[in-house]
Amino acid sequence: MINFQNIMETIKMIEKEKLDIRTITMGISLLDCCDSSGKNARKKIYDKITRLAENLVKVGEEIETEYGIPIINKRISVTPIALVAQASEDKSYVEFAKTLDEAAATVGINFIGGFSALVQKGYSKGDRILIESIPEALTVTEKVCSSINVGCTKTGINMDAVRDMGRIIKQTAYLTRERDSIGCAKLVVFANAVEDNPFMAGAFHGVGEAESIINVGISGPGVVKCALENVKGESFDVMAETIKKTAFKITRAGQLVAHEASSRLGIPFGIVDLSLAPTPAIGDSVGRILEEMGLESCGCHGTTAALALLNDAVKKGGIMASSHVGGLSGAFIPVSEDEGMIDAVQKGSLSLDKLEAMTCVCSVGLDMVAIPGDTPESTIAAIIADEAAIGVINNKTTGVRIIPVYGKILGDSAEFGGLLGMAPLMAVSKFSSADFISRGGRIPAPVHSFKN
Amino acid sequence: MKAFISVIGDDKIGIIHGVTTVLKKNKVNVLDINQTLLQDYFAMVMLVDLKEMTIDFKQLKEELVVAGKEIGVSIKIQHEDLFNTMHSI
Repeated sequence: MINFQNIMETIKMIEKEKLDIRTITMGISLLDCCDSSGKNARKKIYDKITRLAENLVKVGEEIETEYGIPIINKRISVTPIALVAQASEDKSYVEFAKTLDEAAATVGINFIGGFSALVQKGYSKGDRILIESIPEALTVTEKVCSSINVGCTKTGINMDAVRDMGRIIKQTAYLTRERDSIGCAKLVVFANAVEDNPFMAGAFHGVGEAESIINVGISGPGVVKCALENVKGESFDVMAETIKKTAFKITRAGQLVAHEASSRLGIPFGIVDLSLAPTPAIGDSVGRILEEMGLESCGCHGTTAALALLNDAVKKGGIMASSHVGGLSGAFIPVSEDEGMIDAVQKGSLSLDKLEAMTCVCSVGLDMVAIPGDTPESTIAAIIADEAAIGVINNKTTGVRIIPVYGKILGDSAEFGGLLGMAPLMAVSKFSSADFISRGGRIPAPVHSFKN
Repeated sequence: MKAFISVIGDDKIGIIHGVTTVLKKNKVNVLDINQTLLQDYFAMVMLVDLKEMTIDFKQLKEELVVAGKEIGVSIKIQHEDLFNTMHSI
């Protein structure tokens, strides 16, 4: 029998430290669903998703029962809809979003990602239609998530798309104003978007992917925090080693679940995303890990260094534990979904500027950040441009999921409920970026020599 | 398939009997038992073989939970691979 202490350690991780598998996400290619008739295309899409994912939830629950490890979400990502829908003559893709929503409801998943367009260099016909459809699509659907890639290290930043997304985010916020502008919580603007991300809202099934695939996103901030509690006052070397070892164990659980899900569903295994994904629950926070390292409050000086160490050690520990690593892999810092980060914003120790600095060293970017509803669209576009620049220049993925909460001002907070959590509003610069954003065009791809 | 059953709670008379009664009824073979007592806190891990089990895994899990409630301890059953995978290379 394996070591008694090891068994108790795993049980403690699950019971007390909130170790879970955050998501099993099935990626499905819809490229063969293109049709000159939008109606026919939507029928093909619905049929394909409901056929391939018929058993996704059931298998997820079986694995959860047998292994006794919670699997929080079962989700689906699909080929960016702009690529599939533009073969049709439709002038709006809202109906496509409704079809995705219906398919998601039929198979019992909680989110479906891929109402997306890849416009890092320019718009095709369908990209433009899709982007204009986003505000209504995210208002009339519940489970559909949308993402737009506006920049890439190899091609630069499409500033026309950046400008347009500022406007689209404001419109989405207005249309979902009855629910604290929740539509914006289902919309991510990326630079260097990855094709195999299992996490929402940014998941889509890239065109380089197989017909269908199983990707798994893990979690476990609470486990890392508890491990660090045992090395109080020790050096950074000891801390990095502790995180690596913990990440290894967490990732092994993810790899096991991914392997099982893949073989039971008869769909190839894609990747494990080595992520520390927080939830609003106490004891499941990335912010609190940073504080455990010795920071008085997340956001104070030293936070960026602490996050850099954490992110790197999670990757180092996780990479050996999984046969294929991908997705966004690293620590997530979604403000509204992290109890420690919410607290830090409320205490005034975490500002948008510090958050931006933190995105330079971790996965994703400005995530689930609520800002005042009267923020101009050019300011939102400029925030996206800054994040995209960090991603494009540093050859990493960055994203912006920002919510200008309609009718709310600084001092208020937005309630999204469930995993999306609660966000105190954060201040943005009061100075204008309008003339900068209105220029349009593209920021050229960066040179990759003379690195300084 | 083999699984680990873990029993955690306050120590009292009849814990092992309560668990093994459920196992015997459903033809689950106990391969190994390891237990420890920290003050009055009881922790036991059993390695069991489910090859000849007469009910499905989910039902066994539910019966163990019910037995646990009667005894006043927490009983979990989990596939052994989770532990093997997490703690060995």
